[in-house]
Amino acid sequence: MIVLNLHKTLQSAQGTMSLQLEMTVQKGQFVTLFGESGAGKTSTLRMLSGLMDPDKGYITVNGTTWFDKDRKINLRPRQRHIGYVFQDYALFPNMTVRQNLEFALDKNQPRTIVDDLIGTVELRELQHRKPDTLSGGQKQRVALARALVRQPEILLLDEPLSALDSAMRQKLQQYILEVHRKYELTTILISHDVGEILKLSDRVYEIQHGRILRQGSPETLFGLGQSSAKFRFTGEVTGIRKAGVVYIVTIRIGNDLVKVIADPSEAEFLQTGDKVAVASKAFNPVIRKI
Amino acid sequence: MEWGPLILTLKLAAVTTVILFFLAIPLAYWLSRTTSRIKPVIEALVSMPLVLPPTVLGFYMLLAFSPNNSFGSWLDEWLGIRLVFSFAGLVLASVLYSLPFMVHPVQSGLSSLPRSLSEAAYVLGKSRRTTLRKVLLPNIRPSLLTGIVLTFAHTIGEFGVVLMIGGNISGKTKVASIAIYDEVETLNYGAANMYSLILLGLSFVTLLIVYLVNGRYLKRFSR
Repeated sequence: MIVLNLHKTLQSAQGTMSLQLEMTVQKGQFVTLFGESGAGKTSTLRMLSGLMDPDKGYITVNGTTWFDKDRKINLRPRQRHIGYVFQDYALFPNMTVRQNLEFALDKNQPRTIVDDLIGTVELRELQHRKPDTLSGGQKQRVALARALVRQPEILLLDEPLSALDSAMRQKLQQYILEVHRKYELTTILISHDVGEILKLSDRVYEIQHGRILRQGSPETLFGLGQSSAKFRFTGEVTGIRKAGVVYIVTIRIGNDLVKVIADPSEAEFLQTGDKVAVASKAFNPVIRKI
Repeated sequence: MEWGPLILTLKLAAVTTVILFFLAIPLAYWLSRTTSRIKPVIEALVSMPLVLPPTVLGFYMLLAFSPNNSFGSWLDEWLGIRLVFSFAGLVLASVLYSLPFMVHPVQSGLSSLPRSLSEAAYVLGKSRRTTLRKVLLPNIRPSLLTGIVLTFAHTIGEFGVVLMIGGNISGKTKVASIAIYDEVETLNYGAANMYSLILLGLSFVTLLIVYLVNGRYLKRFSR
């Protein structure tokens, strides 16, 4: 169980911001921090990992105190034993994929874990390549595998998939879910993608200006909670076209493009790029075995 | 022409470069990381030899280390080190004089690396020292090479500071640049020309190596 109580004054683009967070994460949970950029999400992960010192507060993990301002306890990042996947991957350019993983080994730690992880994220063919020659998705898999070499109990993911295309995203979400279960991790993810959050997380914290605005299960937080006779999908508007008295809105849901009719009063508020929920009463669905 | 001054020059440049390499790395690392208020002071001190006439540096070193005053005589009596008109003195002067040429490239190399590289190493359980040695330094090889070669070449080209503190003692402190001056003074232009040609060639070749090797590095990284 992770208990966080963090106070920190941060310098952001909009001036100073005071971050005040209290959060309890249960062991084995998959938690997402959601919110605008500059809200303090990355700072929270940095304080948890010891890369940034809070001004006040405490951090305890499974009963051990990692940080306590009043008791002057502050474990160094290397003593905290966590896996951290950076937004820019932070792979070491001078080492091959395999050496990147081996570098993370603790003294006397058996090397079998490296092979195991390379297998899990399917990097066997690429293991002797340098990071510069890899694609974004491949780099991300290396970063994920490297973060797990020391077999941490906590995995922190700072917008790991933001730079990837949607097909690659889907695949990596699968890897993340797989390692989360396989290694029984407590995972904290930063993400802006509602679909991704729904797919991966048990619990969401929405953070705004350094405070927790709302928290709960992703279904309730994004208003998808009540089981009803409805289909409901989230997608992105890719085009709006006027057709006579109505508008035809093209929406990308996953990898499918769906055309939906909207009346002018609805279409008025939509523009290309908007995230939308598409719902339909399920009174006449067709069920077909595939 | 004798080979003595040339060999002495190369020996001085080599010793200076080795000492500066190990001295400049911790200093450059500290400068690239610190937020201390005295950082500008240290940076100014490191860069001083770039703007200061070498004779000024040599003059004060001569004063400081002269056995005729207290610090110099203390060194002489207690430690048996005489830094005036000796090879050790030349090395010390060269180390000070070439300091910016090693510190600047290494510092800018370290500063150019993304912060997340060292942070990734820390959260992977590595100490600062291991991170510097295994992650940071291997990724700034072009900067290290630039520092080494510039220091070496700059030490070869020293004149004023060497003359002030070392004088012109054959086989002990008479380096090539001073030998040239010496030969010209005695109107022996032939020998001066030989020394000069060799220094010219040496400087060109060392700089050529830097640009060739670093060019290859850049090509590899920009792919």
